[in-house]
Amino acid sequence: MGLTIHELITILHGMVMGGIVLLLFPVVLAQLWCLRPEWITNKGLKKYLTVVKGGTWVISIFSWLTVIIGSYLPYSWYRLKPPISAQLMTGRDLMRYPAAYLIAHPNLSAWEEVAMEWKEHAGWIVPILTTAVAFILTYYNSRLLEEPKLRKILFTFLALAFVVAAMCGLLGALITKIAPVR
Amino acid sequence: MNTPESHFNNGTAVAALFGAGIGCLVLGLLTLLTKVSSTIENALDLYRPTGPVSGITTLAVIVWLVAWAAMHTFLRNRQMDLHKVYIIVLILVGLGLLACFPFFEAPEWGG
Repeated sequence: MGLTIHELITILHGMVMGGIVLLLFPVVLAQLWCLRPEWITNKGLKKYLTVVKGGTWVISIFSWLTVIIGSYLPYSWYRLKPPISAQLMTGRDLMRYPAAYLIAHPNLSAWEEVAMEWKEHAGWIVPILTTAVAFILTYYNSRLLEEPKLRKILFTFLALAFVVAAMCGLLGALITKIAPVR
Repeated sequence: MNTPESHFNNGTAVAALFGAGIGCLVLGLLTLLTKVSSTIENALDLYRPTGPVSGITTLAVIVWLVAWAAMHTFLRNRQMDLHKVYIIVLILVGLGLLACFPFFEAPEWGG
């Protein structure tokens, strides 16, 4: 297919696993929003809870896989140090070292120094938050219907995790567009 | 519809939320510390190809799990004001996210 193993694993990290996480967030958030005693029947409660709990666990597991694989594989290839000074390398050769390539171009360096620096750390907040929310949903189960405050809190933190995940995904896609891992 | 009859004890939820908040704050603080201290940066460089990110995230995850377990032990049978908990955890997570920004950034190299 003309893709290297590095590119395939980067796709697995960003588009497959990250994609699953980003696609599931709105589904789970919508179901959690609708989880109110005045809106659903007893019969519907079980179905809603199954989707909310299962969906949040799937988000949690895939976000752990996304950050672990992303930090230890594509990111390590992204920040490879060039064998010689970046100033001595031509643009084409330097493209094999994405971080060095970005740093060597003053108009692009913010992508490495700000965007990647924030994304590589902040991304880990997503699995931490979603695991906590998934645990609370599973532990309290149908008792959550008695606690609208707790449901709102869980919705807020899940939405916050979604925003962070979306920002990390967007920054990752833009950085890969400018300086792809090969 | 009828809601199930039970006494709602929110301590377990509070412990999980506080644990997550502390984990996020520690992640941000460690990120900030690696930018201001090369000693800390080197100490957290557990896996050279990835650099200090490996140590920052490993330590943050450990602190998160320990904080969660400790909070759970102390709070599981308690009833707490969820509004206050919400504000505190939101501040912890917000500070964590903010501290991840490279305020004192200098280009770093690995490999």
